[in-house]
Amino acid sequence: MSESNHVRDIIRNNIKHRKNRLEMIMPKLFLIAGSISIFTTIGIVLTLLIDAYHFFEQVPIREIFSTKLAPLGVNPSFGILPLINGTIITSLIAMFVAVPVGLTAAMYLSEFSSENTRKIIKPVMEVLAGIPTIVYGFFAYSFVTPLLMNLIPTLEPKNALSPGIVMGIMIIPLVTSLSEDAMSSVPNDMREGALALGSTRLEVTLKVVIPAAISGIMASFVLAISRAIGETMIVTIASGSSKNFTLDITQSMQTMTAYIVEFTSGDAGIGTGYYSLYAVGLVLFIFTLIMNLLSRYISRKYREEY
Amino acid sequence: MLNEKNNNHHQNNIVYDVKKLNLWYGDVLALKDINLTIRENQVTAIIGPSGCGKSTFIKTLNRMVDNIPAVRTSGEVLYYGTNIFSDTLRVEELRTSVGMVFQKPNPFPKSIYENVVYGPKIHGISDKKILSEITETSLKSASLWEEVKDRLHANAYGLSGGQQQRLCIARSLAIQPQVLLMDEPTSALDPIATNKIEELINELKKYYTIVIVTHNMQQAARISDITSFFLSGEVIETDATQKIFTNPNDKKTEDYITGKFG
Amino acid sequence: MNHHNSSDNNEKNIELNNEGKLKTFFNKDIISKRMNNRILLDKVAKKLFFGSILFALIILVILFYRIGVLSIGWIDLQFLTSNLSIFPEKAGIYGVLIGSFLLMVVVIPVTLLLGISTAIYLEEYAKKGRFQSFVNINISNLAGVPSVIFGLLGLTVFGRLLNLGSSILAGGLTLSLLVLPIIVAAGQEAIRAVPGFLRDGAYAMGATKWTTVRTVVLPSALPGILTGSILAVSRAIGETAPLVVLGIPALILRVPNSLMSDFTALPIQIYYWTLDTVLTPEYANMAAATIVVLLVLLFLLNSVAIVIRNKYQRRY
Repeated sequence: MSESNHVRDIIRNNIKHRKNRLEMIMPKLFLIAGSISIFTTIGIVLTLLIDAYHFFEQVPIREIFSTKLAPLGVNPSFGILPLINGTIITSLIAMFVAVPVGLTAAMYLSEFSSENTRKIIKPVMEVLAGIPTIVYGFFAYSFVTPLLMNLIPTLEPKNALSPGIVMGIMIIPLVTSLSEDAMSSVPNDMREGALALGSTRLEVTLKVVIPAAISGIMASFVLAISRAIGETMIVTIASGSSKNFTLDITQSMQTMTAYIVEFTSGDAGIGTGYYSLYAVGLVLFIFTLIMNLLSRYISRKYREEY
Repeated sequence: MLNEKNNNHHQNNIVYDVKKLNLWYGDVLALKDINLTIRENQVTAIIGPSGCGKSTFIKTLNRMVDNIPAVRTSGEVLYYGTNIFSDTLRVEELRTSVGMVFQKPNPFPKSIYENVVYGPKIHGISDKKILSEITETSLKSASLWEEVKDRLHANAYGLSGGQQQRLCIARSLAIQPQVLLMDEPTSALDPIATNKIEELINELKKYYTIVIVTHNMQQAARISDITSFFLSGEVIETDATQKIFTNPNDKKTEDYITGKFG
Repeated sequence: MNHHNSSDNNEKNIELNNEGKLKTFFNKDIISKRMNNRILLDKVAKKLFFGSILFALIILVILFYRIGVLSIGWIDLQFLTSNLSIFPEKAGIYGVLIGSFLLMVVVIPVTLLLGISTAIYLEEYAKKGRFQSFVNINISNLAGVPSVIFGLLGLTVFGRLLNLGSSILAGGLTLSLLVLPIIVAAGQEAIRAVPGFLRDGAYAMGATKWTTVRTVVLPSALPGILTGSILAVSRAIGETAPLVVLGIPALILRVPNSLMSDFTALPIQIYYWTLDTVLTPEYANMAAATIVVLLVLLFLLNSVAIVIRNKYQRRY
């Protein structure tokens, strides 16, 4: 045992003389890294607030809430309503596609499909979700728009309809996977109770599973809206930059995100136009923040149920 | 600074002297006024029904309870005369002197060799030659050497449950502790593996002080010298194992070992 | 006597019809007819729901097919190894690839370092309490902030305040902040999945907290962290809006040679070429070809992630 006693002495000696410097430093380093995310949020809020403040100083409130947006005109006007209108309309079109397709696909995956089918379909959804939005933008502009122009002759080359639809396709995987999660976590005995009474799968899905999973499903819709509102490249490419205030989806409209891209990719310089980016960014940030908080609030309520 | 076993002393020195130990989980008093003495080179078994605090108690001896949020203690646990709750004592130092084996075998997802040398390595031994000597000695002490000597670099999770548990014992032995705490070490094992561990404990007690928590009274009777009966967070009775199982002083102890409750 | 009594009791509790059978409140024929309808409806619904999945699948096929067709004849060695040019037939994406590569040289170390550290802090060090949940909520909100807003942050802080302009460094840092929440979330999940008994094993050997994290927690969590990191990098590689907002110029004929160079990257090039298809139809082919390159890159990255995930699925 002499060798072992030797080992014991080394270990006891080492631990007695060990300097716990790393033990002290590492948590501090981790804390610093962890606070970067907080500084990012602070940075975003400050960036938007400061430059938006300059904008609100220079532009009267009445003008901001007007429907006339002409930032580069001889008499520039900064009405934000056309942008909000464009954002809401394209997002609504997207939801019109994503909700029915996404939800029914989730119903199929959660309630009707076999384990094997699910194993094939889930990767397809993951691929759809992993495609960069710029690719969807290209797809909307070079394929969906020409296709729709054949069906609707009055459709303009840049319009709200095509990017709306493609944005909806982009969001399907989000709706499907979140809704399916919500439906899969409904306990099986609830299903079995109804099945034992002779209900069909469809009746169980509609009358038992969906009511039980409704908050998770709603949360997925809200998150999908938030994603649509914040989506940039598809609408920038396919919806164009017309600043019309219109409800006609065959026409070009500009969203808040597209406005920011249009202005910065050109030479924005310094001036009211430059500051207006941040004002629009601030509105966009508030819109999506509300949606995200709402989605979290809804889905937390549903977690408490089981 | 920890005092440790001094080989010049007589046998059966006091290792742990627990005085008026209380322990709370939040507001719940889990250990009440525990007094217990644990002596060198003996196997002390702690028995009692589930929830009696025996597991909490053994985890107090190497301060693993520190990792549970909202745990508070009062009283003293003297380890070779040093209060383990004292501010000057480093818990890491205590734990190199007091090894622990858990209910469920918990080898690291590494090779057998890496598991055994884990302790020596993190405590600053890097000499390959010493490390492989430690590996052989520890695995032999845990009677695992013959079974694994040809596959030291295979993943520990390829071993059977009983082998994994003996590997965990070898891992503890590798840093040459004085005490081995065993928290129901055979509860996840089959009878044959259990038997092997019990034989091993009989062998190990020549060199180590062993404290074992068990819910199996036959096991306590077979392997321990001293048995302490815990009930609802209190020590009911501590005595020679022989005495506890044949002629206990307390009625509650008798009821428990004759199977009237628990 | 006894027997008679019990049958009397039965007659009181269960009403029999005049044929001596159990009385029923249902008409079996109607039920069976309704049942047929219900089962038919169930079958139709199942087909319809599957149709939704088929729809998504078909779109995916059309998308790949369209892009594939447009890119045929345009992707060749010359396309990959030449630099941008104003003449479509001479143009290649060599400089664009280098731009994307250098972006990742910034993004990968920065996000890994920040993301994993944040995850370790939140899971291992932070006390379960207000601060931890505040940081968690903050991170999940950051994940929902539109990427174009990160562009504004990058433009203001990195571009103008730190005077990095529209360099690779400015773009890389902007993208790093954008994908940080993804890595943090993946890291937290991976660390949380490391079983407590492994930590206990290390602590019981006298390991300190940092030693436990370094020798037990991180090695076990590594596959999960890596998978998440690859997903984050994939997101960064395909991200366009923040870079466009930073003011990346439309046509850069020089290959970037340092992190301070102006640059263009795969998604930006796709964007500008798509915008210009009206003037030069060939740009659609070049955009498609660039998309193919981007998608192949993403496919390779994700394959690596899947391989890692499958290889290191550990049982404890």
